[in-house]
Amino acid sequence: MRRKIFRGVVVLAVLGLIFVFWAVWMSGVFHRTLPENLQTGDNEPAARAVATPGAWKEPQFASVIARGEYLARAGDCVACHTARGGEPYAGGLATPTPFGTLYSPNITPDRQYGIGDWSEQDFWRAMHDGIAPGNRLLYPVFPFTHFTKISRSDVDAIFAYLRSLPPAAKPNHPNEMPFPYNQRSTLVFWRALFFRPGQFQPDPEQSAEWNRGAYLVEGLGHCGMCHSAYNALGAVDPNAQLAGGLIPVQNWYAPALNSSNELGLGAWTDDELAQYLKTGVSVRGATYGPMSDVVFHSLQYLSDPDLQAIAVYLRSQPERASPSNKQRLEVSPQLAAELVQQGKQIYVNHCAACHQLDGRGSGLQYPPLAGNPSIAMQPGTNAIRMVLLGGFQPGTKGNPRPYSMPPFGQLLDDHDVAAVVSYIRQAWGNNAPAVSPAVVTRFRQVPVE
Amino acid sequence: MRGSLFLALLALFGSGVVFAQSGAPNAESSTFGTSGPDKVSTGLRQRIDGCIACHGPYGQGGGSGGYAPRIGGKPAGYLYHQLQNFRDGYRAYPLMTWMVQYLPDAYMKEIAQYFARQNPPPPQPQVPMASQAALNLGRRLVMAGDPKHGVPACVACHGAALMGVRPDVPGLIGLSNDYISAQLGAFKQNIRRTQAPNCMHEITSRLDGAEIGAVAAWLSAQAVPPGAKPQAAGSIKFPLRCGSIDGNG
Repeated sequence: MRRKIFRGVVVLAVLGLIFVFWAVWMSGVFHRTLPENLQTGDNEPAARAVATPGAWKEPQFASVIARGEYLARAGDCVACHTARGGEPYAGGLATPTPFGTLYSPNITPDRQYGIGDWSEQDFWRAMHDGIAPGNRLLYPVFPFTHFTKISRSDVDAIFAYLRSLPPAAKPNHPNEMPFPYNQRSTLVFWRALFFRPGQFQPDPEQSAEWNRGAYLVEGLGHCGMCHSAYNALGAVDPNAQLAGGLIPVQNWYAPALNSSNELGLGAWTDDELAQYLKTGVSVRGATYGPMSDVVFHSLQYLSDPDLQAIAVYLRSQPERASPSNKQRLEVSPQLAAELVQQGKQIYVNHCAACHQLDGRGSGLQYPPLAGNPSIAMQPGTNAIRMVLLGGFQPGTKGNPRPYSMPPFGQLLDDHDVAAVVSYIRQAWGNNAPAVSPAVVTRFRQVPVE
Repeated sequence: MRGSLFLALLALFGSGVVFAQSGAPNAESSTFGTSGPDKVSTGLRQRIDGCIACHGPYGQGGGSGGYAPRIGGKPAGYLYHQLQNFRDGYRAYPLMTWMVQYLPDAYMKEIAQYFARQNPPPPQPQVPMASQAALNLGRRLVMAGDPKHGVPACVACHGAALMGVRPDVPGLIGLSNDYISAQLGAFKQNIRRTQAPNCMHEITSRLDGAEIGAVAAWLSAQAVPPGAKPQAAGSIKFPLRCGSIDGNG
């Protein structure tokens, strides 16, 4: 008996060791050599601009810097790597996750606090492999799972641009992660399970435009970081990419980009979608919450061909039944009917002047609510928050004097908010369940960090 | 219900100015304006429903519990800086940060100028919830300061009539007791910040809670004189340097 136990323990220990070795090997920590096609090409201007620390200053590299700036915009680096009111790219923004709070680091060329001492190889490894100098494994809140698809030339151009920034002597804020997540070594397991360094593989069956869109969406744009659901270990199932999900902790619902039940991009035109991404407004609805952040800091700066490419790629996504289609009922049918009835009067009093009695809104100023997926998607979080908080459309070059919606949180109590949201979720052909006043209570806090 | 009460009050104050709250949302014509035709404000009124919901169409203040401050008629530079300060986290009122965080500077300036041009009807002064002794203390601090502790009088910077100085110094009359005491407390705790040097932090750190309460009680009990306006730019020599005042920070 004792012998059997002993043998079992040994077998388990051996299996455990094998798993650990496998994980460490698969995590890529020891893979130092690069495939030939990803190594620095000497003739490539971006590579020459970053080959030595001061090279970027040479006038011949001005266009590389400009390209790097554009690519950094497309990657929305500034949004995470800048604290509110802080110097751009000097880091310090808190990102709360279910595993603790992470603070973005300073990526200006400051030698003490930033990445002024990094080589172009260091930067490439961080972007492509998620490993910083000293074999420091980066937390996947940094989207290296997407950035791994960015070409070497583009990564070099981004690095050249970052080097050209004024150095900010701003110390990094330590992360606030409880044990065991504060141990970066535990990331070898995460990496072994969920990450393979890769490259963007163009689809020869598709147009150049489609492939450009795919490169931007899957790589730099890292759209899937929000528009996908996470598992309990903080990873996205490859099959769930762009299938929509609740952004952890922030509790904004980022809709599926491949389901007609949610954003229903199939029904949009390419131009409508490109306009929405560029300006924050379209006849189908306006951005709000985290998407306004993306439009404000990133998408409004993209070229029209790139925005068209993104639109073409997104609209070509194969239709999938969204896992969030399950219509969870929050309230009894009786209460639901009551809420919807009361909500109608609230709508007439407070909403119809702009959104119209028929829910069709007006132009780019007042988004339609009828057939607007933001209203009907499940959960009803976003619609509840918009009623409570209102807000401005993002101010962009294409919409520099945006319209706004009053915050109704101070005027309407939880029951009234639930009533009017329940009403708009069922009026004019919208078909989503009523929301509960108790849920409204949970979302009264204003989501700014 | 509360909305219609609000409308009724406005009609009472309205002094004949047309107020089209929701009439034609697409009309780009400015249907009201207190200082004659103005090209800049064309169409702005419809765009800023989010501001007006709490601060009122003339910036008269109000909102739930009357906390939203009177911003109508305050100097444009001051209002512009506050919008930037909410965006940049120098002021901590999450709903304001939420509202303005993705607005371009030029638009913030336009909104600030819009409210600076307004001439809201004078509000009813608050009935002070403070003792006569506290009100006397408040009045003394406002008018004469506390030279022994290095506290300048409010009037030394905010103007003899306390209606502010163009372009960057706000008026202090027409605000609620809660709002004023919250702001002075926030300055003291360094929760409300400005570009350095934060002179209001320096001043309030020399005041104790009772003195802050006294100043807020006295200020909120004063009536806005009809037609009161901020003083002209350059009409005051400021006794200390403030980062919030352009050209003097």
